[in-house]
Amino acid sequence: MSALLAINRLSVAYGGIHAVRELSLEVAPGEMVCLIGANGAGKTTTLKAVSGLLAPHGGSVHFDGQSITRLPAHEVARRGLTLVPEGRGVFPRMSVAENLMMGAYARRDRAEIARDLDQVYALLPRLTERRAQLAGLLSGGEQQMLALGRAMMARPRLLLLDEPSMGLAPLMVQAVFDIIRRIAAGGVAVLLIEQNAHLALKTCARGYVLENGTVTLSGPAAELSANPAVRQAYLGD
Amino acid sequence: MDIFLQQLINGLVLGSVYALVALGYTMVYGILELINFAHGEITMMGAMVALSVIGALALAAPGLPGVLVLGAGLVVAIPVCVALGLLIERVAYRPLRHAPRLAPLITAIGVSIILQNVAMLIWGKQYLPFPAILPQGRHTLYGASITDVQIAILLLATAIMLLLILMVQKTRLGRAMRATAQSRQVASLMGVDVNRVIAATFAIGSALAAVAGVMVSAYYGLAHYYMGFLLGLKAFSAAVLGGIGNLGGAMLGGLLLGLIESFGAGYIGDLTGGFLGSNYQDVFAFFVLIAVLVFRPSGLLGVRVVERA
Repeated sequence: MSALLAINRLSVAYGGIHAVRELSLEVAPGEMVCLIGANGAGKTTTLKAVSGLLAPHGGSVHFDGQSITRLPAHEVARRGLTLVPEGRGVFPRMSVAENLMMGAYARRDRAEIARDLDQVYALLPRLTERRAQLAGLLSGGEQQMLALGRAMMARPRLLLLDEPSMGLAPLMVQAVFDIIRRIAAGGVAVLLIEQNAHLALKTCARGYVLENGTVTLSGPAAELSANPAVRQAYLGD
Repeated sequence: MDIFLQQLINGLVLGSVYALVALGYTMVYGILELINFAHGEITMMGAMVALSVIGALALAAPGLPGVLVLGAGLVVAIPVCVALGLLIERVAYRPLRHAPRLAPLITAIGVSIILQNVAMLIWGKQYLPFPAILPQGRHTLYGASITDVQIAILLLATAIMLLLILMVQKTRLGRAMRATAQSRQVASLMGVDVNRVIAATFAIGSALAAVAGVMVSAYYGLAHYYMGFLLGLKAFSAAVLGGIGNLGGAMLGGLLLGLIESFGAGYIGDLTGGFLGSNYQDVFAFFVLIAVLVFRPSGLLGVRVVERA
């Protein structure tokens, strides 16, 4: 078993309602995988359970061969699995630079952190100009870039992205996905959830379709894009 | 002029003590949105524990310098208060982290009543005198007088507040505290152990409370099992005045409240033609609290609206 992330029959319940049921999926090292589905299909719940923000009801989550099923969020984060939450979650009353440093909170290798900071600024020049500005004053797209840059500061092996295109203008969506592809090109595995199925399938190599909290279809992105059921339900054909 | 300057000195001394206590309220509120009503009682415990140590030492070794004896009192009182703060957080607040907001408020009041009664059982109902161990020096300054104790309180409180600001702005723990205050969930995604940060916040606030308790008892020359109640309410008013959740606000609010009290008590007799006297000093804090809640609920420096009071 060479999967970096292996979710096996995961179930998550919110006050008696099963938001996720027996969901299984895998992400290989360096792979880009998307999880698509309608609003309320259980995408965000899945990511929250994987990252430790929610305790699963049943099933297991393994990261790099080790169980992280009931680890608290800060322990999961320290193992190299970083979630960029829905709505970006920047710290509004911290500067851009401080937000980035929070990404490296769990690390102690000062010299390497400084090098990664330079790399993030090189990847995201807009942030360089605004490094002293409060994050709460950035535009939505800039906040999304900051959230991605902050995630990179943790040196993750797997990046979980929750709706990175949400609320952004089309040009900004392009810019953000460009950055995501460049991060992935550096060897970081990505599990992306998106309502914009077209964009997600175009970006990722493989995909899973989630309906009512469980996986109903999976396969290479090209296959899913060609699947009539997927086209009708998610690609607007 | 001399009366004005005298009230100014008294107000600043009192205010810096309020500020230290107010910081404990505001730090916990900033992170948990919880008003830790037991905080005043932690201040009282600090005073009582320190007084016991100081009294015992003064009896056992009468030759020791007063500053050393006082230091010994603080060295014992601070860890006791820190342990108490941690215990309260663990037992009374953490299990209710996801409960409706009223629940931890009620346990907070419960804990404060328990602490008062424990203190009464240990130390009795009478006022405990602060032993005369401290230098009694008194200096004259443009017609007003300032004592060594007042100078020490001002210097120590200022130093502690500067250190706290530095800690919050510059250290790793300080960054984690600010991140946790802004979003507990996102902070945990950065690898911050939120429970430890919350515990650290209670520990720091309780240490400040211990110091403030010792200051108050040294200033007034006594301590009492009930002293935390009024002191706590006043410091809470100061935190609200400055903008609860805001560190600078708690410092500003504390100093302002001390000044308002001191000037109010000094001039109320003249203003009312002798109808009201300086014994009405305690009323001003609550006038301020009411006025702030009516006219500027977010406080002087606050950005967020007070959600619970």
